[in-house]
Amino acid sequence: MIIASLAFYLFSIIGVIAALNVIFQRNPVHCVLWLILTFFNAAGLFVLLGAEFVAMILVVVYVGAVAVLFLFVVMMLDINVTIMREGFMKYLPMGALIGIILLVELAFVFGGWTMSPAAEGLRLAPAPDMADVNNTQALGNILYTNYVYLFQASGLVLLVAMVGAIVLTLRRRPGVRKQKISEQVARRAEDTLSVVQVEVGKGLQ
Amino acid sequence: MSHLLQLITPALPEVFMAVAAMVLLLVGVFREKESTTLLTWLALAAMVVAGGLVIRSAPVTAFNGLFVVNGFTSYAKILMLVGAGLTSLLINSWAQREKTARNELPVLVMFATIGMMMMISANDLISLYVGLELQSLSLYVLAAYDRDNQRATEAGVKYFVLGALASGLLLYGSSLVYGFGGTTTFDGLATAVKAGPASLGLMIGVVFVIAGLAFKVSAVPFHMWTPDVYEGAPTPITAFFSVAPKIAGLCLFLRVLVGPFGNMIEQWQQVIIFISILSMGWGAVAALAQKNIKRLMAYSSIGHVGYALIGLVVGNEEGARGLLVYLLIYLFMNVGTFAVIMSMRVKGKNVEDISDLSGMAKNHPVMAAVLAALMFSMAGIPPLAGFLGKFYIFVAAVNAGFVWLAVVGLLASVISAVYYIRLIKIMYFDEPGTAFDAPDKLAGTLMVGCGVLMLVIFVLPSSLVDSAQAAARALFLG
Repeated sequence: MIIASLAFYLFSIIGVIAALNVIFQRNPVHCVLWLILTFFNAAGLFVLLGAEFVAMILVVVYVGAVAVLFLFVVMMLDINVTIMREGFMKYLPMGALIGIILLVELAFVFGGWTMSPAAEGLRLAPAPDMADVNNTQALGNILYTNYVYLFQASGLVLLVAMVGAIVLTLRRRPGVRKQKISEQVARRAEDTLSVVQVEVGKGLQ
Repeated sequence: MSHLLQLITPALPEVFMAVAAMVLLLVGVFREKESTTLLTWLALAAMVVAGGLVIRSAPVTAFNGLFVVNGFTSYAKILMLVGAGLTSLLINSWAQREKTARNELPVLVMFATIGMMMMISANDLISLYVGLELQSLSLYVLAAYDRDNQRATEAGVKYFVLGALASGLLLYGSSLVYGFGGTTTFDGLATAVKAGPASLGLMIGVVFVIAGLAFKVSAVPFHMWTPDVYEGAPTPITAFFSVAPKIAGLCLFLRVLVGPFGNMIEQWQQVIIFISILSMGWGAVAALAQKNIKRLMAYSSIGHVGYALIGLVVGNEEGARGLLVYLLIYLFMNVGTFAVIMSMRVKGKNVEDISDLSGMAKNHPVMAAVLAALMFSMAGIPPLAGFLGKFYIFVAAVNAGFVWLAVVGLLASVISAVYYIRLIKIMYFDEPGTAFDAPDKLAGTLMVGCGVLMLVIFVLPSSLVDSAQAAARALFLG
């Protein structure tokens, strides 16, 4: 048990520090790198909770795809953060006011929060029983049977997104010289070379 | 293998269309050179086959209650496929003419069509949403398809941003409905709603779902995107927007409200009455000031959605029948009108101002006569089909005790008649302007065909009304 709590504090502390660094770093590329560290620590916390599927998804999707995409965008766009932070003090009072109002509202909501007893019961007895199957398997069991229609339909949605992105952005440039290896290999000396006897004192015509 | 076939049989038209779309995508890639005409005809063939499969399909609920097939969904799908097929021909001839054809164009239309088929057959809030997203994503790309044209990209971005907002509203409503109703399946929700008085949370959820759907069919007050998108998108793609998604959206609207929430009719009726009156009124009044004919058609379609929603307000079999007849006639009116708008070209350049129509009767007597017939039909003037559409809707309203709503509808259609007839006046009585180029064969055939249909439907409405009646009955049985 002590190892679990140690791991919890380790992941949480590093996670919080990394998250703070995402906000306070001046260099946007560093921000993204800290963000990746935050994701890893959050994934660790999910493993501790027994939700290994969410942890895997977090690493595969957020670290593997989203964060790397961010990194590309940040590097390509060349955002100057110091210019964006100009006027920070000017907007601070208004922003703080709205933030406080939101905080008070949230406090009201959570103050009046009651858990339904039925929900509590459901939480304690998950179906299917976690002792029989792990949650990756449980999700797979219904995703590929009960919800196979939606699974395939979502695949179509993603395909449309890909086709659409290509249709709207891909441009074929004419006049680009590309290396055609088959033509290079098929080229023979007699097609391109000719031996000419040049008489002394005269040039080639 | 046979088990798999058995599993997908209920959704065979959709599965066939999806496989065909992917095959066409590959054909386009392997042929390398531009072959949109071939792909368009193949896509059309696929739509015809899918239509045949839809006709043959038997009523069933499949995929664990996520998907439903009945007489109503089949009717709606056929209508939508006809609209998509006709407009995809127009899209191809536009793309060839403007040299903007790329192989993905017919494939995107097909994907949008699959999304609409899934919307019509949705029997669960999740499958509704997935179908809607498949349709919307394809439409966003199609709106911005003419990517070097600033107005088209603007239309695409506006459509995308506002469409995402509408999807958000719909999802928020769905999550509330799920929270308070305990399930997302339509059948389960119907049982939950029947069980007792609807809770406040469920009602709020339904209102949000209505807002999301109203956005997709461009009903006031969720219509702001329509004029800009209709004006900016290429004309035949606008034609597609104004036909197929409207049919799918309104049929889905009907299925959602009378299916799972049928017992909450007293609650949602007020909302739909409000939306319907606003759409009819704003569609009529705002169109008066328009100078661009595509913007005019946008407001006209907003108005038409308002009339169709009366059929939804009534919420019984007669109302559903009225809505289906209305959609059928609306489909051919719009395809015909957009075929004319596509043919408004002077020396190879498109013109879109209403004033460009001046004196068209002298230069192009046939085209002017067809447009006049279509405009009279849109206004709902008797010897034409548009009258029948409004007639069945208003009769349903009167029979259900909504006499005042029918009167409001009549007043709105009188106001809208002003701008429809103004077009006719410009064509017939104004000084002739520059003559248009001769319309291409396809657009010419389509516009004359639709113009003649307006008369034919008026003379022989019985079989159409009977089939709509059968479809409406299937909706209330299943």
